[in-house]
Amino acid sequence: MASKVGIIVVVLAIASIYGAMAVFHTISESHRSAALELFSPVTGSFSSLEEAYEALRTLEVLGIKKKPDVKDHTCKSVVDTLSSVSSNSKDLYHALQVNGLLTCTISKGALTDVVSRLKEAVKDATSLLDYYHSVGGLLLVKHQNSEVDVILENADGILRSIKALSQSDGRWRYSSNNPESSTYAAGLAFETISGVISLAASPVDENLIGTLKKDIVKLFDSIEKYDDGSYYFDDKHIDASGHQGLLSATSAVVRGLTKFASTSESLNIPEDKILGLARFFLGVGVPGNSKDLYYQIDALSHLENNRVSVPLILSLPATVLSLTCKDKLKVKVSTVLGSTAPPLSVKLMQVFSSGSKDASVLRQELHFDPKEAIYTLDALPEGVDIGEYIFAFEIVLSDPEHKRKFATGGRTKVPVHVTGVVKVDNAKVAVLEGDIVESEKKLVLPGKNDLSLSANHLQKLQLSFVLTTPSGKPFKPHQAFLKLRHETGVEHIFIVGNSGKHFEITLDFLGLVEKFYYLSGQYDTVLTVGDAVMENSFLQPLGSIELDLPKAPEKAPQPPPQAVNPYSRYGPKAEIAHIFRAPEKRPPQEVSFAFLGLVLVPFLGFLVGLLRLGVNLKNFPTSPVPATFAILFHGGIAAVLLLYAFFWLKLDLFTTLKTLGVIGIFLMFVGHRTLSHLASASAKLKSA
Amino acid sequence: MARSGTTTKDDAHALFHSLRSAYSAIPTNLKIIDLYVVFAVLTALIQVVYMAIVGSFPFNSFLSGVLSCVGTAVLAVCLRIQVNKENKEFKDLPPERAFADFVLCNLVLHLVIMNFLG
Repeated sequence: MASKVGIIVVVLAIASIYGAMAVFHTISESHRSAALELFSPVTGSFSSLEEAYEALRTLEVLGIKKKPDVKDHTCKSVVDTLSSVSSNSKDLYHALQVNGLLTCTISKGALTDVVSRLKEAVKDATSLLDYYHSVGGLLLVKHQNSEVDVILENADGILRSIKALSQSDGRWRYSSNNPESSTYAAGLAFETISGVISLAASPVDENLIGTLKKDIVKLFDSIEKYDDGSYYFDDKHIDASGHQGLLSATSAVVRGLTKFASTSESLNIPEDKILGLARFFLGVGVPGNSKDLYYQIDALSHLENNRVSVPLILSLPATVLSLTCKDKLKVKVSTVLGSTAPPLSVKLMQVFSSGSKDASVLRQELHFDPKEAIYTLDALPEGVDIGEYIFAFEIVLSDPEHKRKFATGGRTKVPVHVTGVVKVDNAKVAVLEGDIVESEKKLVLPGKNDLSLSANHLQKLQLSFVLTTPSGKPFKPHQAFLKLRHETGVEHIFIVGNSGKHFEITLDFLGLVEKFYYLSGQYDTVLTVGDAVMENSFLQPLGSIELDLPKAPEKAPQPPPQAVNPYSRYGPKAEIAHIFRAPEKRPPQEVSFAFLGLVLVPFLGFLVGLLRLGVNLKNFPTSPVPATFAILFHGGIAAVLLLYAFFWLKLDLFTTLKTLGVIGIFLMFVGHRTLSHLASASAKLKSA
Repeated sequence: MARSGTTTKDDAHALFHSLRSAYSAIPTNLKIIDLYVVFAVLTALIQVVYMAIVGSFPFNSFLSGVLSCVGTAVLAVCLRIQVNKENKEFKDLPPERAFADFVLCNLVLHLVIMNFLG
């Protein structure tokens, strides 16, 4: 049992050392430039009053001046919204928020009208957002114009109806008929409650305020934590505007909390939680969108001076110190927005080196420079050599009264790297035959070396050197490699082992013959020694060694193929010229013409033969009608032949067929007439 | 005993003469058709000789040329058969009808030939 408890204690101790360790930086120029970039309206004016308010508030907190032309346009929009009848309490609330920053000129009559409308809205309110907007609007009017009368009559009743929406775990619901609760709503509720309290006509019932304080404390029980010591609220449900997230929920709670604390004393929130919330917002860095930036800056401005406790941030401008440059450790303590802290002293309590859990308690006080508001450690504690350390600081406030007002957070642990030059001594390379040194050469590291050794497979290569830190202690770097590269490109890398300060590697070539793929030839040697805290890390070519290895046997593994130059493999290839089909050999034109003439000769022979046979046209009809038909018949045949000639020369088949059809029908008719006439004529002749 | 003096040459002459006289006896229209057939075949032969000399490069043209001649010769032979009065099979077919068929078939043949000529 006791041993178990002991183990748990040890584990917790280790966790507490490695936990809560990080570097937080306060608001800086990077936030300002991001704000200018994100919040400059694209079209010259903001798209809604809510966005206008977010932009103007962020710019105001960061100390950036507004442009006057934006003010005119936005003021006009504000005045329009406040005087318009159709605006609901949400629009009025946003308009009044913007007015608070821009101080547009609004007539007292308009304001009174707005106040009466908001008071009506309070009476009719049912959901949390109704209360939030209407009460918030009334509070804004009170701050902007003290002449207008803004007093809430039934403060107790309003508080009770808001309280009715709360839940037992500290969250709030948006309305009575929506069971979903959210932390963001809780933040809005606190803000509304504080508004009601400050606007109340008569002092509010103390018991009621007491139960509300208990609700806030209960909500803080559900706070979540990161390992680096930041606290935040997570919201599992989407808030009213649809923008879900840690930033919006945590920012709303911070706003509500600080506003509530400003209306009443003695709110019991532990100071490490407030400091954790500040760390959360600072740990976000510079958000990428305008809404997140607004939430971050708005929450930080509320944390800057609130009545619960003001967080003080300890930050290091530089976490890497160089022993060679004799850098001094500098520490800055300020509020979240970067303003000066109250008088205090910073003590360096412990220095843990990486990997060790124990460290002596130092209690070294840092020297304060009022001009730059920086605390400096004059000299690093003894025994701080190069390496990674965790420095534990403690802030002690000069005025004991301030202890209640400010949150310092006890011990703050910061990781620091201390770098320096590592000395390389006694570097030498030797070729050993058995145990006898055959040839030895001294090396200058880091520096140019040009070795040319030769060895065969029966010998060994030995490289050794000594590494010491600036204070003379042994040093083990992250990287100590020896690389041998063959002329074909095959590489082998070996790790140089050490014992204390002495680093040595022995390459026994007899055992490495197979690993080297039996490749003999020249090997370039490169020594690499490097570490994060070593300022003179080097990658040093040492020269070359000529290795004589035996020939590879049959089944030896082949060396891996080297990477192909991508330009040769994927580059353009040789151009291929297309080889066209050689045209057929045609006969010379004279031969063709000769045969053309020759082909026509039988036709002439035919005509001559006809004449010799004594052909006559006696049977051609003489009377006009049959003669006409006969002529048309011959004409028709001639037309068809002409059509064929055209078909060969120019026409396509379809037009030819169409025309042929026409001529054919004509020809049939005419031919039938002619031939039947001829037939009847010859029949008459026979019978006669 | 009277035939012993005649030689083969004389026989050939006699045969030739008798053929010639028989051929002269046929009607003129048949002679016209025979002449037409001879003309067509001669034209085809000349085209084949040309192809033999220069090669058959546009083969389709060669084929269409030769087949045109051969086709029209065939059609003319058909016409001759149908028109010949000694042919008992076609006794009832009027020669004008045969001629009309000849013309029609020739026109169709030459349409195809012209298409194939290229």
